[in-house]
Amino acid sequence: MAVKRRKNDLNILEKLYIPEIAKGMALTLKNMFRPRVTMQYPEVKFDPPASYRGRPVLVEEPETGERCVACGLCSRVCPALAIEVQAAETDREKERYPEKFEINMIRCIFCGFCEEVCPEEAIVMSKDYELVYTNRQDAIYGKDKLLVPVEELQDRLDYLRNFK
Amino acid sequence: MPKLTINGREIDFKQGQTVIEAAKDNGIEIPHYCWHPSLSVSGNCRVCLVELEKMPKLVIACSTLAAEGMVVHTQSEKTLQARNAVMEFLLINHPLDCPICDEAGECKLQEYAFDHGYGESRFDEMKNRKEKRVALGPRIMFDGDRCISCSRCIRFSDEIAKATQLTFVQRGDRVTIKTFPGEEFDNPYTLNTVDICPVGALTSRDFRFKARVWDMSETKTICPGCSRGCNIEMWVRNNEILRLTPRENLEVNEYWMCDWGRLNTFKFVNARNRIDGALIRENEVITKVSVEEGISKTAQAIQKYKASQIAFLGSAFATCEDNFSLAKFAKESFSANNIDFIRYVDETNQDDILIKPDKTPNTLGAKSTGIKPGNSGLNIHEIFSEIKKGNIKALFVMEDNPAAISDDYKNALKKLELLIVLSVNENETTELADIVLPAAAYAEKNGTFINFEGRLQRIRPAVVTQNMERSLDGMSMSRLDKFGTKYDSWASGHRVDAQPSWKLISMLSQKLGGKINYQTAEDVFDDLVKSNKEFSGLDYDIIGEKGTQLDSFIKVKETV
Repeated sequence: MAVKRRKNDLNILEKLYIPEIAKGMALTLKNMFRPRVTMQYPEVKFDPPASYRGRPVLVEEPETGERCVACGLCSRVCPALAIEVQAAETDREKERYPEKFEINMIRCIFCGFCEEVCPEEAIVMSKDYELVYTNRQDAIYGKDKLLVPVEELQDRLDYLRNFK
Repeated sequence: MPKLTINGREIDFKQGQTVIEAAKDNGIEIPHYCWHPSLSVSGNCRVCLVELEKMPKLVIACSTLAAEGMVVHTQSEKTLQARNAVMEFLLINHPLDCPICDEAGECKLQEYAFDHGYGESRFDEMKNRKEKRVALGPRIMFDGDRCISCSRCIRFSDEIAKATQLTFVQRGDRVTIKTFPGEEFDNPYTLNTVDICPVGALTSRDFRFKARVWDMSETKTICPGCSRGCNIEMWVRNNEILRLTPRENLEVNEYWMCDWGRLNTFKFVNARNRIDGALIRENEVITKVSVEEGISKTAQAIQKYKASQIAFLGSAFATCEDNFSLAKFAKESFSANNIDFIRYVDETNQDDILIKPDKTPNTLGAKSTGIKPGNSGLNIHEIFSEIKKGNIKALFVMEDNPAAISDDYKNALKKLELLIVLSVNENETTELADIVLPAAAYAEKNGTFINFEGRLQRIRPAVVTQNMERSLDGMSMSRLDKFGTKYDSWASGHRVDAQPSWKLISMLSQKLGGKINYQTAEDVFDDLVKSNKEFSGLDYDIIGEKGTQLDSFIKVKETV
């Protein structure tokens, strides 16, 4: 059987391996003096940028409460059917509010469609990535867990203003 | 027949028809807001403008009479431009509040804006603001901003409901709709204006904000509110009925239904007092058992009674199938002749529009499926007087509530040795019963009703009980029904443990060694067709969506 020569067969220097090992060691040595990117999670927490898509939350205004008008568009657009909204009437000018707003975090795929479709900028993706639950029921987040004061979400809201 | 040409297609029309009517009859849709097939022509929305050859200007299709040789274009450059312009005009003052509007998803303005609009607004000025959230009446909420002044609601009240209560005021750029001073918009048909309102200006106060229309499934069925048998759509989300809307059937209810029927004929299906599993009273203690066990107990208790000691009550609220099964069961297992049903007739509550005095959906059905006293059998009054005398010791009641009729009846029921009730909800009679079997409501089963003029119409299940499956039973499914699992709270609404009455009776007959053994409502109907000439030649497919007139009742039809 004839030996087939490959296009990039190793030359004699490469076949020795020693220069290549030295090159690799040099790279390793160089990286030892570079700034570290590994974090000591959970002692040290990651602070995501504004563009990060963590769990979706509802924006809560200090005086008027939730911005949400329970239109159900997030629920409609959600490709994973994670969101359930039940509207009810209020006396305030906006006429309706969510009596029930639940996101099933097991279903959620963090796509951000809900945020994109929201006509009131009422649901946004937060920086929260720590989602732990030990049963199905705990994974359903109601209004108690979803409502977040507007100040804490300013970063994301500014980001949406600029880039959405 | 005279002919005209629309978009190059030659079509027939009847003399006196307008262009839009001729087009509709031939399946050509011309956009319209103010025109409605059963209302007078108003011609104010201008969206049905079409091009007529040899006419200098465009004309509105709704008020132009079709004529021989007329050539109409509904998709020409000129027409499309005019339609765009009209849409732009209508949208100038229309608020962009579709997200909070109940009409969204079934809104003509939304649909036409999508089909025929420019897609963007050139209007920079402030929109006109009008009164919002005005309660026009006890059942109707009005939003002035959204109104496009098509006047359908006004014409409906004048012409169909025969109650002149609404009018335009402040004509001009501030035009809005009000009730006449001192009047309320409260005629018995107000909620139809919500259906015909092309936008979300009129909303139902009962249904307001309950659900988005795209989350519900819709099922074609029949209103059981009176013997008219209005054709309706039943809207269900998460196994809960949220609203009823009328469905077109020119032979029965045209496009309408009454407010009472719309609001009061579904809530008992959702109610908490449903009979959910069988109830058995032993030594004054009521225990809940499975349906099967309930049937066995019933069979044990009932079999010792002779034909003269037992009476059966059918029901005009139950379907033909249920009544037929009951009559057959009574005859086969007991040779019983004491069989009848209670009439609910209220002569004071009727009108010339839809509402009939007979408040049950199936009186003729009960009669013609054999719910009547047999040879020397007792009628309803005699049955109760015999119960009081102690001659009749056992009573089998299907889907009715005799204890609520009068104290006399109630006291009679207390004298019985055995009272078996097939019931949908808890009521005065189930309180007295020895055994209560859970009957499926009209929204949970297939079946037929015969209305006051002998029209046989189908009801279909829209809500599932424990032993039903939406996809397998061929029921209408919403998006949520299709994709939900048992872990999703929005797809696991409560299912009642109940069975249609015909099924309960069939199971009971099996226990007693009888021959009745039906698997589906259609089986029952086929058996009914075989044994009753009035129904000959019929099946569920022939009855179809709009029902069929029974020949034997044509005389009835002519006299009413």
